[in-house]
Amino acid sequence: MTILLSIIVGLGLFFLVGFAGRTALQAAAPAHHKPMFREMPLTASFGLAVILFYVAVAILAPAIAPFGEGEVLGAQYLPWAAPHYLGTDKLGRDMLTRLIYGARNTVGIAFATTALAFVVGSVLGIWAALVGGRLDQFLSRFVDALMAIPALIFSLLLLTIFGTSVLTLILVIAAVDATRVYRLARSVAQGIVVMDYIEAARLRGEGIWRLIRREILPNAMAPLVAEFGLRFCFVFLSISALSFLGLGIKPPTADWGSMVRENATLITFGDITPLLPAGAIALLTVAVNFVVDWQLHRASGLKE
Amino acid sequence: MEKPVLLTIKGLQIEGRSGDAWHPIVKGVDLTLHKGEVLGLIGESGAGKSTLGLAAMGFARDGCRISGGTIDFDGIDLRTAPEAKRRGLRGKRIAYVAQSAAASFNPAHKLIDQYCEGPVVHGVMSREKAEADAVELYRRMRLPNSEEIGFRYPHQVSGGQLQRAMTAMAMACRPDLIIFDEPTTALDVTTQIEVLAAIRDIVRQFGTAAIYITHDLAVVAQMADRIKVLLRGDEVEEADTRSMLAAPRQDYTRSLWAVRSFARAEQPPATGTPVVSVRNVTAAYGAVDVLKNVSFDIHARRTVAVVGESGSGKSTTARVITGLLPPRKGEVLFNGKVLPPNFKARSREELRQCQMIYQMADTALNPKLRLRELIGRPAEMYLGLRGKALETRIRDLLALIELEPDKYIDRLPSELSGGQKQRIGIARALAAEPQLIICDEVTSALDQIVQEGILKLLNRLQGELNLAYMFITHDLATVKSIADKVVVMQHGAVVERGPKAALFADPKEDYTNLLLSSVPEMDPDWLNRLLAARGGHA
Repeated sequence: MTILLSIIVGLGLFFLVGFAGRTALQAAAPAHHKPMFREMPLTASFGLAVILFYVAVAILAPAIAPFGEGEVLGAQYLPWAAPHYLGTDKLGRDMLTRLIYGARNTVGIAFATTALAFVVGSVLGIWAALVGGRLDQFLSRFVDALMAIPALIFSLLLLTIFGTSVLTLILVIAAVDATRVYRLARSVAQGIVVMDYIEAARLRGEGIWRLIRREILPNAMAPLVAEFGLRFCFVFLSISALSFLGLGIKPPTADWGSMVRENATLITFGDITPLLPAGAIALLTVAVNFVVDWQLHRASGLKE
Repeated sequence: MEKPVLLTIKGLQIEGRSGDAWHPIVKGVDLTLHKGEVLGLIGESGAGKSTLGLAAMGFARDGCRISGGTIDFDGIDLRTAPEAKRRGLRGKRIAYVAQSAAASFNPAHKLIDQYCEGPVVHGVMSREKAEADAVELYRRMRLPNSEEIGFRYPHQVSGGQLQRAMTAMAMACRPDLIIFDEPTTALDVTTQIEVLAAIRDIVRQFGTAAIYITHDLAVVAQMADRIKVLLRGDEVEEADTRSMLAAPRQDYTRSLWAVRSFARAEQPPATGTPVVSVRNVTAAYGAVDVLKNVSFDIHARRTVAVVGESGSGKSTTARVITGLLPPRKGEVLFNGKVLPPNFKARSREELRQCQMIYQMADTALNPKLRLRELIGRPAEMYLGLRGKALETRIRDLLALIELEPDKYIDRLPSELSGGQKQRIGIARALAAEPQLIICDEVTSALDQIVQEGILKLLNRLQGELNLAYMFITHDLATVKSIADKVVVMQHGAVVERGPKAALFADPKEDYTNLLLSSVPEMDPDWLNRLLAARGGHA
């Protein structure tokens, strides 16, 4: 009962912080940006509060975590009691500590991966649509070939070749995801490059980079932002799946996906500890999508 | 003369939703239509013409609602009648012909299948009878191959024919009332005549009452028995066609009538090196030649109008000059110097000299950029203006196109009206300080009063900034008001060219003559005389 209560109180707290933050932003924002915050829905401010909280936890992890990340402190599967407020895992490491460090690893990697996939995928996709002809053929068929290989098998293959470090993990998942983003960005941009304003910009003598950045990208934002929200969540799944196969984040580094798996057996004894990292992922996913929805609403011009 | 009343609308109010608020579109309009009578509804866009036309069917578009008044169609109250009853009327007793037949036909079905749907669903006639009837109506609408044309798909038929097929379809159940919503606006003048004549004949033959919606006065003068003028959802005046044309009572109506009075003063023949000269250009898309040996010159401070039907190669000529389509033969000279055929090979200076204004300002302005950047970018790029100098230049340009700088500089294109957007298109071209501006149908998407404002602005700027204009248009009224020299094109070749006055007074070629005589005139007898002169059929 107390757990349920604390969850409700926690969520309510995020809502309150979001509401207060929104009010503050409305007052403090420069005149130019004021309308953006005035129309911000409460869900978006809640999402923003959650994301900021996660970021703070990730940055401050060593300072706020009570113990070391990989430290074995005592018996395994200890119940929730001081000094291990959320108990310990199967090796006797402090759950709370690992949750806090997990934020740093999982969120950091997921964000870096998605961002990289989007930068690479959308720039290449728009470039292909803009230039067309042989470049488009070459890039698109190359991407088709990559997409023909099942994503998990392909990541396994690449990770086996290049070895498993956090950097290669990010690069490999980003490469796989970038193919999907490329497809989307190219098809959206193909509808845009035929517009008269692109012709006008070409005739003006604008370079490729300016055309992509200022003329096309702002008009392709809505579907890309929506896709970002979705991809970000799928990256958690990819990381967990790879970790499960032993090619993802290496122990003893904490990662929420692996933490669910390692402690899954506790569920059978009515202990909800393994649900905590899962809940952390779920909450972040919901928060990210709230913010994305808000941005999507703005970018698609639905406000008018 | 008084025939029985068919449709009575009293105090009709229609509201449209924007966000959470409802704002009025039609503000208490009365309308009476007798059996067999044609009523013309005219007004600028946003006057509520189409909304009123649809309301005559008891229908309001999504986001609109009928909030007051009564609509009585032959004793049936369309506002309170149940939806099933209204649906029974639509297509059977009231029919609708939309502006764009191409967008209104279902591209996946043959014309005759779409024709038969109405009569069969309403149980008026069997499928076999409907098919025979369709052929008969196609014949009366003077469609070529009336036996076989129904078995084609919409994309296999030309725009004018499609519009006639749509009118035949509306006639299928022999309705009491047809609503025509700008049926010829998207057509060329020569095609427009055929459609107008066909529509007028068939409406008379069957004694159908009609509401004819248009913004073109000359067209409505041919079609309507009575004219009602609308302005921002209010009625301005209503009278029968002849007395309205002869003696409009309201100032607004008079301003509509006078709109094409603007004409540019006669210019002396130009001398010296032309700004641009097109020499023997032949160009092709793939294997098909779309331009054949086209030549003409444009001098500074002069406007050359290139006219012709759609598909005559007007816009292709512009693409050759701008370098988007390198010609197969021939060359383009700028101030006596040969320009590289492909724009990618041209220097920034060469690109700057030739600017373009597009027909659809909606697609020609990046919807995500503010006016500051839209107008400022060419100035920044070509003239190297930065910071304060750039800001001053943007403000000057906005003032030049008669938009208040402080109010507009940070707006997005979506926050402007159609005419204002076109002005921004002009400002963007001016920002490069070019010598030549190519205007591709710049006024054809605008209302007449707005058109006049744009033409006057372009004319004034030409004098102030020493510009040469190439004015592509199919609208000869525009040519009359702004051109110095006219180039007539057909099937990719220049048919005739010459100074405006001479060409209009004494066209040498048959095609020029056909084109000139097809421009509707305000005289209500114009269409009759023309058809008689052309030997009965258009």
